Amino acid sequence: MPKKEQIKLAMFKPGDATQKKELPFYTDRISAGFPSPAEDHIEKKLDLNELVIKHPSASYFVKVTGDSMKNSGINDGDVLVVDKSLSAVDNDIVIAVLNGELTVKRVKRSRKDLFLVPENPEFEPIKITPEMDLIVWGVVTAVIHRLK
Amino acid sequence: MKNIFALVDCNNFYVSCERVFAPAFENRPVVVLSNNDGCIISRSKEAKALGIKMGEPFFKCERTLKEHGVKVFSSNYALYGDISRRVIDTLRQFSPDIEIYSIDEAFLLLDGIDQGPDRGYAHLIRDTVKKWTGIPVSLGIAGTKTLAKIANERAKHDASLNGVLDITQMDGATIDELLRSTDIEDVWGIGFRWANFLRKHRIDTAYALKKADTSWVRRHMTVVGERTAMELNGISCLSLEKAPAPKKQIVSSRSFGKPVSTLTEMNEALSYYVTRASERLRREGSVASAVQVFITTGSFGKDAYFNMASGRLPAPSADTSSFIRISKALMEGIFRKGLSYKKCGVIISDITSAQGAETDLFAGNYRNSKKEDLSRAMDSINKKWERDTVSFASNGRERKWVMRRGFLSGRVTTRWDELPVVKA
Repeated sequence: MPKKEQIKLAMFKPGDATQKKELPFYTDRISAGFPSPAEDHIEKKLDLNELVIKHPSASYFVKVTGDSMKNSGINDGDVLVVDKSLSAVDNDIVIAVLNGELTVKRVKRSRKDLFLVPENPEFEPIKITPEMDLIVWGVVTAVIHRLK
Repeated sequence: MKNIFALVDCNNFYVSCERVFAPAFENRPVVVLSNNDGCIISRSKEAKALGIKMGEPFFKCERTLKEHGVKVFSSNYALYGDISRRVIDTLRQFSPDIEIYSIDEAFLLLDGIDQGPDRGYAHLIRDTVKKWTGIPVSLGIAGTKTLAKIANERAKHDASLNGVLDITQMDGATIDELLRSTDIEDVWGIGFRWANFLRKHRIDTAYALKKADTSWVRRHMTVVGERTAMELNGISCLSLEKAPAPKKQIVSSRSFGKPVSTLTEMNEALSYYVTRASERLRREGSVASAVQVFITTGSFGKDAYFNMASGRLPAPSADTSSFIRISKALMEGIFRKGLSYKKCGVIISDITSAQGAETDLFAGNYRNSKKEDLSRAMDSINKKWERDTVSFASNGRERKWVMRRGFLSGRVTTRWDELPVVKA
């Protein structure tokens, strides 16, 4: 096929008279009068990420299905912020791996046992036995619950 | 001052990424397939133990995989890219000097950092990456990058090392022993051809290359080979490359899920790839003027056909529609009827920064900023909603040719509507 470069001469056609061309005349507006009194006090915008995420590279969002955590303010359909960099302590709400599934529960430690506790009277606490090999996937640090 | 390099390499990276959100497959055999579900590109330890080979075509081993209950995933680059970024971000807290070497490897400079007793720092890096991102990594530490690579390889395969091997803590005799048991093919920078050449000259191991006559190495393998030999001797020749070199060219190309034989479909696929490539161009704040288009039947014998055509835009641009127009013109020149094609692609080159891009006085204006604005507006819509929410009609709607990805997991870290689900 003919090479496109070889027909570059075609570019010399006169421009379409109706076509407007905008050329930059000045780049910045120079305003007359007084500068805004707020100018020295301009701060960055608030970012929700900053409020709910401490460790961005270790934080994940997950979606909740089910009602077992209802009384802790975690509802079906909510989005949770999970921080994997944190180590779970007693009473934390965590994402745990249970039978290969990710599940959200509160961890409670009694004198000798460890429990995953739901926050809904219709559900039973789960006692962690040694053969269950519990893995804490991450610690829940925030709940995003939409009202509308 | 002596350098200390740590090479951090993610173990079976793609498989590990899948397991972060599918913990049920921990300790079970898992493989990830290449684009188009073609062949195996990542294997878990358990899958390796079953004798499944890297690069094995999926159709050949599909049955074996099924018999052994191996979990199969299509490649999910949205997920791997996001997790890769997280691993790198996590590593940044351990050293200000870091080189991203590939999607699953990074060099860290540990000069002047207190390593603590018993390679404590290396283990801290390893444990932190695992905890924060869920990805297991191995570390090789040495005074040169080439030695760090070898150390890493060993750390990965010798379970007794717990994922860390520090050559700087070893005496000369132990290092030599390690190099003696490292095949020449496994030395960083020694490609297939050089390995063959070296084996012919009885240089079979890293150790043999280390001890080889320097002038002989330089004569036969240029300064590149000499550098490798010096690095094996502990003399650092390759420094950390912190800033990635600006891209020289952008390639967008995939194999089709189903062979394509009409020009209409081919142009749809082409303009889809052109869209992707020019998106990337804009993301980097660049413009380009050279375009190459290629197609192949991917077969041998009488239906073998490969062709490519190149063209040039009148002025550097980042506008999708300009690239689509010229690419289609080029495609018409090389497309032959009666063949079924496996692959097409586009290569955009002559890339320069959008600022100060030279302008052609005769190209009817400098750059067509209005068209570029349109492309940018489309980018922001597609970023906000979903890729291809708006696209040029030339991309087609049916897209019978798109990649086969039969075992794809969700884009769990990059899409609100595909988040991982937890049971309450």
